[in-house]
Amino acid sequence: MEFKRFWKLYRKNRAAVIGLILTIFFLVMAIFAPFIAPQDPNTGKLTERLSPPFWMEGGSRRHLFGTDSLGRDILSRVIYGSRISILIGVVVVSVATITGVMIGLVSGYFGGKVDAIIQRIVDTLLAFPYLIFALAIMSVLGPGLKNIILALVYKEWVTPCRVIRGDTLVAKEENYVEAARAMGASNWHILIRSLLPNVMASVIVVASLRIGWVVLMEASLSFLGLGVQPPTATWGGMVAGGRDYIFQAWWITAFPGIAIFLLVMGVNLMGEGLRDAFDPKLTKGKK
Amino acid sequence: MTFSYIVRRMLQTVPVFIGITLIVFLIMHLTPGDPVEIMMGRGSVVTTELIEQIRHELGLDRPLYVQYFRFLGGVLHGDFGRSILQRAPVMQLIADRLPATFELTIFSIIISLIIAIPVGIISSVKRYSLLDHIGTVSALAGVSMPSFWLGLLLIIVFSVKLKILPVTGRANYGYGLAPITNFLLIDAVITGNWGALGDAIRHLLLPAITLGSYMAALTMRVTRSSMLEVLSRDYIRTALAKGLSHKVVILKHAMRNALVPTVTVVTLNIGILLGGNMIVESVFGWPGLGRLVINAVYTRDYPLVQGVVLIYALTYVVMNFIADLLYAALNPKVRF
Repeated sequence: MEFKRFWKLYRKNRAAVIGLILTIFFLVMAIFAPFIAPQDPNTGKLTERLSPPFWMEGGSRRHLFGTDSLGRDILSRVIYGSRISILIGVVVVSVATITGVMIGLVSGYFGGKVDAIIQRIVDTLLAFPYLIFALAIMSVLGPGLKNIILALVYKEWVTPCRVIRGDTLVAKEENYVEAARAMGASNWHILIRSLLPNVMASVIVVASLRIGWVVLMEASLSFLGLGVQPPTATWGGMVAGGRDYIFQAWWITAFPGIAIFLLVMGVNLMGEGLRDAFDPKLTKGKK
Repeated sequence: MTFSYIVRRMLQTVPVFIGITLIVFLIMHLTPGDPVEIMMGRGSVVTTELIEQIRHELGLDRPLYVQYFRFLGGVLHGDFGRSILQRAPVMQLIADRLPATFELTIFSIIISLIIAIPVGIISSVKRYSLLDHIGTVSALAGVSMPSFWLGLLLIIVFSVKLKILPVTGRANYGYGLAPITNFLLIDAVITGNWGALGDAIRHLLLPAITLGSYMAALTMRVTRSSMLEVLSRDYIRTALAKGLSHKVVILKHAMRNALVPTVTVVTLNIGILLGGNMIVESVFGWPGLGRLVINAVYTRDYPLVQGVVLIYALTYVVMNFIADLLYAALNPKVRF
């Protein structure tokens, strides 16, 4: 589909545009965090601990969103925390999508025993609740950025695999595939040059819809203390850290939670907009 | 739905069951480092002889495939080994906590369905109205909100500010409820202890709403989408043309067909609930399997982690199986 036509369809969907704006907002925040954040996210003054947001009594403009139990600026930590969430979301989905797409293409194209074996592995992995599987992997690998990415990738690849396999099963019966085969193209050539471009729309939609889910899972693992370790600011970790002060300092928990919510909602809206724009048949007519 | 279909479907779960046990076994055994040293804790002072002795006792000096079959044999007999920290059979620890998790999960499913299905139906019937927009936005918020944050927000509002619901725990044991099934709601009804019933429900509300929010949002969207599809069908138009009231057409004709995909989605997403209850039990101090496995992870109690993960996965397989049977029962066209 031409980009212009795609953009015209996408732009008509107001919710999708809001999602795109939110996603870009957080992306810019993550990239330019060192320039945007008013303070060092890991340094705090104990004399300023548990200060409320600036609009509340006892708050100050030095700490717009208040401070945490160690006197660290909440706003700066929320800004820096976006880096971890977006990094993990993008890396996990990218690696998992590439892996899942290749396996799904092979599974759908070759069929037979290859397909049967791959799909049994997929069925087995799908049987594990997402967080439980990630937790089990993290329990042996230990916490940390690299390990959380690995743990999430192990489970995440099955979704794009299933979707692309389904698309490949349909696409491999098309005339252009038959024509390529008749011209002597190798299987790999057909997979990469003929089939892959034609399932790309599904790949983009699946990937964008999964980013929000991965961000939620990372935040959940960080909340449980199994994500990137302190003092690195992570949104889930910040919410966990604020639990003990929930009665007297609700802001420690509230602001990182709002950030997670807005990012995930933005990415979800963007993904749904992409899905609808790639397939106009899905767009319901408005009265 | 024939008996042969049920048997065929059951046989299809066998390779998945074997795959699950294999993956759980491999996760614990193919990790970097010596499993016994990992269990003892890195940096702990133990002799090589002791490590070898423990390795022999646990059968870890046997070939991997022997270890796996030993593990599989144990699973089939309900023996998941012993907890390193609590020195009790893993199965017993799981059995003690299972009722709490099941009760929370079932209650949250009920709450989410009570909210989501009517909202989904109203949203579809009054499409593009204010009610529809509120429902759609709420559903989007539900799938975007981290459950641990929602739980803490609910605690702030209902427990701290309004003081109408408890913060943590499963019950106020001052009601003297006798444990019969360990399902507090059932035990309260059986013993006629209405005070305990009310107390148990009050303790269940916030965790169940938190746990059910994602499923409610998903269910609402599926119900709305499914109703819209059904309402555009010819037989609905015919029913309306024949003079049947909107209410009868929606409740009697449309809803029955629209709920088929909803039932499937709900049963298939039990897995999300099972994963989610780990977080919710942690937030609300709920004494279920989720908290058990989290504590086991923190203390590196691998047999316990292994056992709980296996139970979760097997429960999911069973729910999938039930979903397929339900779908086949509701939709006679299904033939696999």
